[in-house]
Amino acid sequence: MANDHILKRFDEELERLNATINEMGGLTEAQFAKALQAVRDRDTAIAEEVIADDARVDALDVVVQEQTVKMLALRQPMAVDLRVVLSSIKIAAALERIADYAKNTAKRSIVLAQGSAPPSAVAGIDRLGRLVRAALKDVLDAFADDDVAKARDVWDRDEEIDQVYTGLFRELLTYMMEDPRTITACTHLLFMAKNIERAGDHVTNIAELVSFRNTGQNFAEARRKGSGALYTTDTAP
Amino acid sequence: MTMASTNASAFAVPVATHAAVSTAGLAEKVSIRNLEFFYGDSRALKNINLALYANKTTAFIGPSGCGKSTLLRVLNRMYDLYPGQRATGEVMFDGQNLLDSGVDINLLRARIGMVFQKPTPFPMSIYENIAFGIRLYERLPRAEVDARVESALRRAALWDEVKDKLDASGLGLSGGQQQRLCIARTVAVKPEVILFDEPCSALDPISTAKIEELIDELKQDYTIVIVTHNMQQAARVSDFTTFMYLGELVEFDVTEKIFTAPTDSRTQAYITGRFG
Amino acid sequence: MADSRRNTLYAARRLRNTVATSLAYGATAFGLGWLVLILGVLLLHGFGGLSLSVFTENTPPPGSAGGLLNAIAGSIVMTVLAVVIGTPIGILAGTYLAEYGRHDKLASIVRFINDILLSAPSIVIGLFIYEVMVAPMGHFSGYAGAVALAVIVIPVVVRTTEDMLRLVPDTLREAAASIGLPRSHMIVRIAYRAARAGIVTGILLAIARISGETAPLLFTALNNQFWSLNMNAPMPSLPVVIFQFALSPYEEWQSLAWTGALLITVTVLALSIFARTLTARK
Repeated sequence: MANDHILKRFDEELERLNATINEMGGLTEAQFAKALQAVRDRDTAIAEEVIADDARVDALDVVVQEQTVKMLALRQPMAVDLRVVLSSIKIAAALERIADYAKNTAKRSIVLAQGSAPPSAVAGIDRLGRLVRAALKDVLDAFADDDVAKARDVWDRDEEIDQVYTGLFRELLTYMMEDPRTITACTHLLFMAKNIERAGDHVTNIAELVSFRNTGQNFAEARRKGSGALYTTDTAP
Repeated sequence: MTMASTNASAFAVPVATHAAVSTAGLAEKVSIRNLEFFYGDSRALKNINLALYANKTTAFIGPSGCGKSTLLRVLNRMYDLYPGQRATGEVMFDGQNLLDSGVDINLLRARIGMVFQKPTPFPMSIYENIAFGIRLYERLPRAEVDARVESALRRAALWDEVKDKLDASGLGLSGGQQQRLCIARTVAVKPEVILFDEPCSALDPISTAKIEELIDELKQDYTIVIVTHNMQQAARVSDFTTFMYLGELVEFDVTEKIFTAPTDSRTQAYITGRFG
Repeated sequence: MADSRRNTLYAARRLRNTVATSLAYGATAFGLGWLVLILGVLLLHGFGGLSLSVFTENTPPPGSAGGLLNAIAGSIVMTVLAVVIGTPIGILAGTYLAEYGRHDKLASIVRFINDILLSAPSIVIGLFIYEVMVAPMGHFSGYAGAVALAVIVIPVVVRTTEDMLRLVPDTLREAAASIGLPRSHMIVRIAYRAARAGIVTGILLAIARISGETAPLLFTALNNQFWSLNMNAPMPSLPVVIFQFALSPYEEWQSLAWTGALLITVTVLALSIFARTLTARK
């Protein structure tokens, strides 16, 4: 996507939009990592930091919206430009959701820090989290480099994340059945796992959007789970 | 689907990308095969292969001098008016190659109508502008001609504006009205295909919107081809879009596809404003 | 300083502009001055002799009173015949040049010859008709006069017809063709209609041109002292009468010559104004 429009202002605007998304991606990645750290280390201070910083991600999402609306209205982008602008809105929304999940995870980690959670279950959350975090990092790289192959790789990894989540789900159920005193802690962990898994879905969506903005096509395979639409960012809470 | 498969061997490299899926089940109104066009010695169209589908709007886009207007003017043999211009190849229309020398050009043009860049009302009354074409090939009682004139004017969304001044000169109308008068004149002859050569380039946005709406409605009864410099216009009114460059047909596809994800990099560069 | 330089340049430019403008105005005043003088003298002398008898009596013998009736009638008859002969030929030829012969070699030859004819001295045309008509027939005649005038009419009408048809935009021709109109119909029903005012103007200008011609008539229609509408005999005409009377020593004749000149001038002026309103209306 060489930026060599006859109208140079348009190039500048596209570059600025990319920069905003990149900044937002970096911030979201940091938020996500910190949330995982808060869970792992029972670090309430970091958790508070994540909760406070979520507003910054939201603010960037608003910036992206403003930039894209302006470009749609004033530049009437076509073809690749249109896809860049549209995918930017969607990617920003996905990043905003991922950051929200990080915030939720951080919140629950504060509650969790006061009780006693089964250490192996916490380790399971960390494992799931690291998978999603790696995928997030890769998909942001793929976005920055317009690397469709890399995005495809991230997209394929969603299956693994789902499997780990399902495993973790069963594990937590087992803990709760074995020892009802852990139900409170395990419920929080269950919600965390769900949040992280949802964040993974959004990472997958971003991977699709990277493909869409570069080629105009989504990854043709049918999604494993029913939700087949390309552009959806969210269907579940 | 002939055009996707015809003469694949004629291309050293695939010059044109054709839609493979969405044209299935559509009737080809006009089929262009291996069309070449010459202004004297210079070749203006190079091996054009293209189908125009019945009751669909096909847009020709491309930079100035790419041959899109030339291609349009082959379809009703308008080039015949000028010496030194010739076309080779096939343009099949109703089982007949309309490039054949035996074709009656006047009858052909009555079946393939054309609307021009600048409004071209004849120097006569609004009524006569339309009745003129009707009387050319049909001998009708006055009442029937009246009815045909009215229906043509209604079809062109002009009736309400001119019904009280049918005897006034067509030259007294505004640019947008004149253009709709020309569309009415074309429609009155009952053609099967209507060619639009940049029909809105001299009009203001409101008149342009009216013409575009009209084109959209006319599609039900006619096969429409439109040449336009305005890409948004092509995107708004057409079902299929053809991108031409330097006398070649670079890409033909469903309009949606051309404007969201064109296959050829030249199409992409042109559509997104990257041509230097 | 760039500023001061710009100012000197600008001052020089203004000076040149003033000089050029003054010269242009001066030249215009010089040219118009002569025109006013000519018209003034003409009106002064012409109105003096103007009376009803000018239109009711024939040209008188030397030394007695009379009018210009026979000359006026002769002029009208020959002019009408010349236009009837020359206009169709001129329009058809002009149509060929503008519509059919645009890219022909022949057309450029025809156009070139027509231009020569347009600027040929009218006395040459008179001599030519004398050779081909008067000499074989053995006598001067109104027919010969009308034909000589027609030869002057033709190139004017050819030229204006071609120019006016060329002003009709090609898009109108294409529009006509696009509804299946054959070319001949297009020319007659669209192009002529669009160019009508211009073509009529051309004919009017041709009439104005021939109504003052003397030289070609001297060798063809000659003159006639008496009332005669016989086209096969010598025929009087205003310009020839003016020519003859103005050179005579008789006062009555000279007065009639001035009046005839005024009549022609007024007629030409009226035709020109009418022609202008025709084109302006378009």
